[in-house]
Amino acid sequence: MGKRIGMEVAVAVAEAVGLCNIDMAAVYPITPQSHIAEHLSDLVADGKIDAEFVTVESEHSAMSAVIGSSGAGARSYTATSSQGLMYMHELLPIASAMRLPITMAIANRAVSGPLNILNDHSDIMPQRDSGWISIFVENGQESIDMSIIAFKIAEHKDVMLPVNINIDGFQLTHMVEPFEMPTQEEVNKFLPPFVPHATLHPAKPVTMGAFAMSDYFTEIMKAKDEALKNSKKVILEVWDEWAKLFGRSYKPVETYKADDAEVLMLTMGSMGETAQMAIDELRAKGIKAGLVKLRLWRPFPFEEIKAAIKNAKKLIVTDRANSFGGPGGPVFSEIKSALYAEVQRPLIYNYIYGLGGRDVPVGDFTGMFEKVLADTANKQADTYEFWGVRE
Amino acid sequence: MIEVRWHGRGGQGAVTSVELLAVSAIAAGKYAQGFPSFGPERRGAPVAAFTRIDDKKINVRSGIYEPDVVLVLDASLIGLVNVLDGLKPGGKLIVNTAKSPDEIRKDLHFSGTVATVDGTGIARKEMGVPIANTTMIGALLKVTGVMDLDAMKESVEHRFGRIAQKNLNAMKRSYDEIKISN
Repeated sequence: MGKRIGMEVAVAVAEAVGLCNIDMAAVYPITPQSHIAEHLSDLVADGKIDAEFVTVESEHSAMSAVIGSSGAGARSYTATSSQGLMYMHELLPIASAMRLPITMAIANRAVSGPLNILNDHSDIMPQRDSGWISIFVENGQESIDMSIIAFKIAEHKDVMLPVNINIDGFQLTHMVEPFEMPTQEEVNKFLPPFVPHATLHPAKPVTMGAFAMSDYFTEIMKAKDEALKNSKKVILEVWDEWAKLFGRSYKPVETYKADDAEVLMLTMGSMGETAQMAIDELRAKGIKAGLVKLRLWRPFPFEEIKAAIKNAKKLIVTDRANSFGGPGGPVFSEIKSALYAEVQRPLIYNYIYGLGGRDVPVGDFTGMFEKVLADTANKQADTYEFWGVRE
Repeated sequence: MIEVRWHGRGGQGAVTSVELLAVSAIAAGKYAQGFPSFGPERRGAPVAAFTRIDDKKINVRSGIYEPDVVLVLDASLIGLVNVLDGLKPGGKLIVNTAKSPDEIRKDLHFSGTVATVDGTGIARKEMGVPIANTTMIGALLKVTGVMDLDAMKESVEHRFGRIAQKNLNAMKRSYDEIKISN
């Protein structure tokens, strides 16, 4: 175990990226990601890391620049949030189709309108089908660890896909908290130099991101799907390797007091630890409550989710975004579809909460459990509700 | 666990204080969180910042609604914002003011511990500026006993470099001069 230090998480993320021997970063600052952009820019300007920091004029350009540099064989990094991510949107599927191992932090924030700068997951959800590996973190330590791990996953020869790391804006980015920071030597040992599959170079011309009509497009889409599904094997291997080196183990689905739980709750991101406190309170009252934390959003861990929730009678899926006019929150519909063919499955309830930064104290989590337990006729199962909404 | 809410105005350094305090507590082997009231902040407008310190890992990530301690960096906020909001009945109120604890107690009708020190006066004398954010950390440590004053040295030196000692001197004076009424 290393020494615990205290630092703001966004700054620590930039420090961690600074340990990863990046060649290039193109980051356009946006709240609440700005401290990542500022501190990484400082590291380059102060000569602490040997990398190019490209001061782009927009997020669209940031993503375009890292696509170009990654294609040229440079280890490339960017970070954004909310509207910035929306502005990158049209380029995200291009990065994955070109199999470029770009790493991006997303300081999750609500998308406009109305304008709001605080935390929820409405920025990442519209990017779900871009073909990126998508990871959610729940605390500062994970933010740092995943920022380093992401390069190794992305660049693995059996993956070659971009990775985004979802770090709840403010809730995590602006928090000064304790964690262990790996040393440069440790990161060097873990993360080998980037060996690209192919590079853009005038002396040896290749075509990347070529034109494909109906004759090849379907095959390329199938290849992308296979690549993303196959990446899970590597993700698990890399997380295991990390656990051996650093003693911190990560799984696609984590559980807390879930084995004998009759009612489970599922969270993604920074809500997990607060929800854990609610589980302890409920357990103390004799209620068999448990928690499931989803860390890997894409590729979606179907088997792990099924195994984690199969014994529960009721499952509360929490969402930090909504699919308007649709079946409820995006995590809810994903879980329902994952369990559709299962003979034994829990009744599923969906609470959409913590939108635009609305705080969710422990009492709200226990309240959700109590409400679901009180629904003895199961009338509210399979429905969604905006938790705590004023009407 | 001890939970502290800081009241100040944008630009008075409440966020810097919670950061220094959390970093120092963590360096001293404790667990801590330091965070601003999330959102846009404007110079001069009332702001809040928060500190949690514990001997074990802190899991809660929601806001602080029932603080053990409230620290008011700018006494002109009293009456503008409800500084006592949620403060536990047996909690501690620390105010940067030249007034006595009893005067503040009378103004606010608070039955818990009230402590006052002229942090701005100390900051002016020790550092030549009327910014009392680091100064008031000394008062907080005296009133709460959450950790030793020495634990602040490293983070203050790291943050302030050549003017660190002046900050530490101001902190020490507020530690020594704070008047506490239980």
